[in-house]
Amino acid sequence: MPQPPEPDWIEARLVGARPQAVAALLRYFRDLDLAEEAFQEACLRAVKSWPKNGPPRDAASWLIMVGRNAAIDHKRKQARLTGLPDEAVISDREDTEPDMVERLDAADYRDDILRLLFVCCHPDLPATQQIALALRIVSGLPTPRIAAAFLVGERAMEQRITRAKARIAKADIPFETPGPVERAERFAVVAAMIYLVFNEGYTDANPTSERAKLCDEAIRLARLMLRLFPAEPEMMGLLALMLLQHSRQKARFDAAGAPVLLDDQDRSLWNRHRIAEALAMIDKAMLHRQPGPYQIQAAIAALHARAERQEDTDWAGINELYEALERHAPSPVVTLNRSVAIWKLHGAAAALELIAPLAEPLDGYFYFHGVRGNLLERLGRNSEARDAFSRAIALANTPAEAVHIRQHLDQLEGERTTGKP
Amino acid sequence: MRYTILCYHNEEITSSWTEAEDTEVIENLKAVNRKWAKNFEPIVRLMPTTAATTLRKSENIVTDGPFAETKEQLLGFYVVDVDSYEVAVQIAREMAEANPGGAYELRPIALYYPNGEAIEDAPTP
Repeated sequence: MPQPPEPDWIEARLVGARPQAVAALLRYFRDLDLAEEAFQEACLRAVKSWPKNGPPRDAASWLIMVGRNAAIDHKRKQARLTGLPDEAVISDREDTEPDMVERLDAADYRDDILRLLFVCCHPDLPATQQIALALRIVSGLPTPRIAAAFLVGERAMEQRITRAKARIAKADIPFETPGPVERAERFAVVAAMIYLVFNEGYTDANPTSERAKLCDEAIRLARLMLRLFPAEPEMMGLLALMLLQHSRQKARFDAAGAPVLLDDQDRSLWNRHRIAEALAMIDKAMLHRQPGPYQIQAAIAALHARAERQEDTDWAGINELYEALERHAPSPVVTLNRSVAIWKLHGAAAALELIAPLAEPLDGYFYFHGVRGNLLERLGRNSEARDAFSRAIALANTPAEAVHIRQHLDQLEGERTTGKP
Repeated sequence: MRYTILCYHNEEITSSWTEAEDTEVIENLKAVNRKWAKNFEPIVRLMPTTAATTLRKSENIVTDGPFAETKEQLLGFYVVDVDSYEVAVQIAREMAEANPGGAYELRPIALYYPNGEAIEDAPTP
């Protein structure tokens, strides 16, 4: 007699099976709403049936079959009621039943899930809608939780998701199995979206907030992608990068929620487990000898993680990695980041020289003026530093950033009144 | 008599545990560990399979991911303490020459308690 499973256990199985099941149902129905409804119906039936009959051996297959059949029944009933021809819209697809059954065992969900994530990243959708949609559809987060994560009302989030779905319904979703080039393109888009999810959570000072939990969700999605596509070095790099950044979660904000700079963080608060896993991922990725932006950024974060004290940091190594990043993904922001390594290696004047050409492209960028102000302050060019910090404070993205800059300004103000230049 | 108790679970599920849920499971396990402390020898928690690589012995190539074939059976395991991944692979390659056929999966260890009774301190590798 099988033990009836605990309700918690059922929920865990449903959450775990969700990406696979929704992805397969999307391939079958070619419609996001239908796929989601079919999955929800299957979950309802699971909650009723599993405690009585025991859990199925493969929860995802069970949910796909039950969800698919329920949706087809529903369609047929609707067709009869409205007197339409009794030809279910979905029944004439060439890739339906026999193939479906085979695929359930073949663990060939890879492209389904990749497609599901890819669909959420449609280029017509703004980044925030991409993330919201992926969290709703792939991760299955309830709308109130997503709304809380984005600090907007539930109704607004509901509308945002509905609009995003409508946009996608009009787009051509590619349903053929992708070739290697397309797959690589999808991979890059999906990786970028996963990192957006992470960054959304990363900015939150409260580690138990809904928003901060997005970091865990992003890591979970990256692990999911890697289980499906184990040989993708950039996905390994992304997972390592997120694990390393997330390892500093408890050290990145002080008790008042103000950000603590890397140099000033209490390194004993860094999560050694996440660091260890990230270093293992980087080792694996390196075997492929296909460096890319995520791997390089992860390698930079790893050099910070390896330094037990701030002064042990391998700044020469970090500078070299930033130079590599400038070649792979040139951007003024990368050069701005490299200036910190140059400052540590060659002093503030050299760093200031490096960032001088960035003044125009990064004029509207908070961190540029913050870094510049800092360097000028160190060189004793206080009045220029004040101007840079004033510019930064006007561009601050969060109250905490503004407070941080305000401290610099107050310090400079104090020096001015005591007679320093 | 010594036994190994090998732990299996669905990673789709374990990887969706929150940190709090994960800690709860570990705490529940610790109660059992404490009760049987004198019987426990090494206790090992492995990293997720996403951190694994596999040396296919007959081809002498390293592939990403865990060993996932179904024809072969798990026959034993080694715990090695090394300075780098390369050394671990080197050891595996030398063992493969001594004992060809099948595969060695290299899986980093997340938590390692050499003696069960030391369960309260959590050394990381």
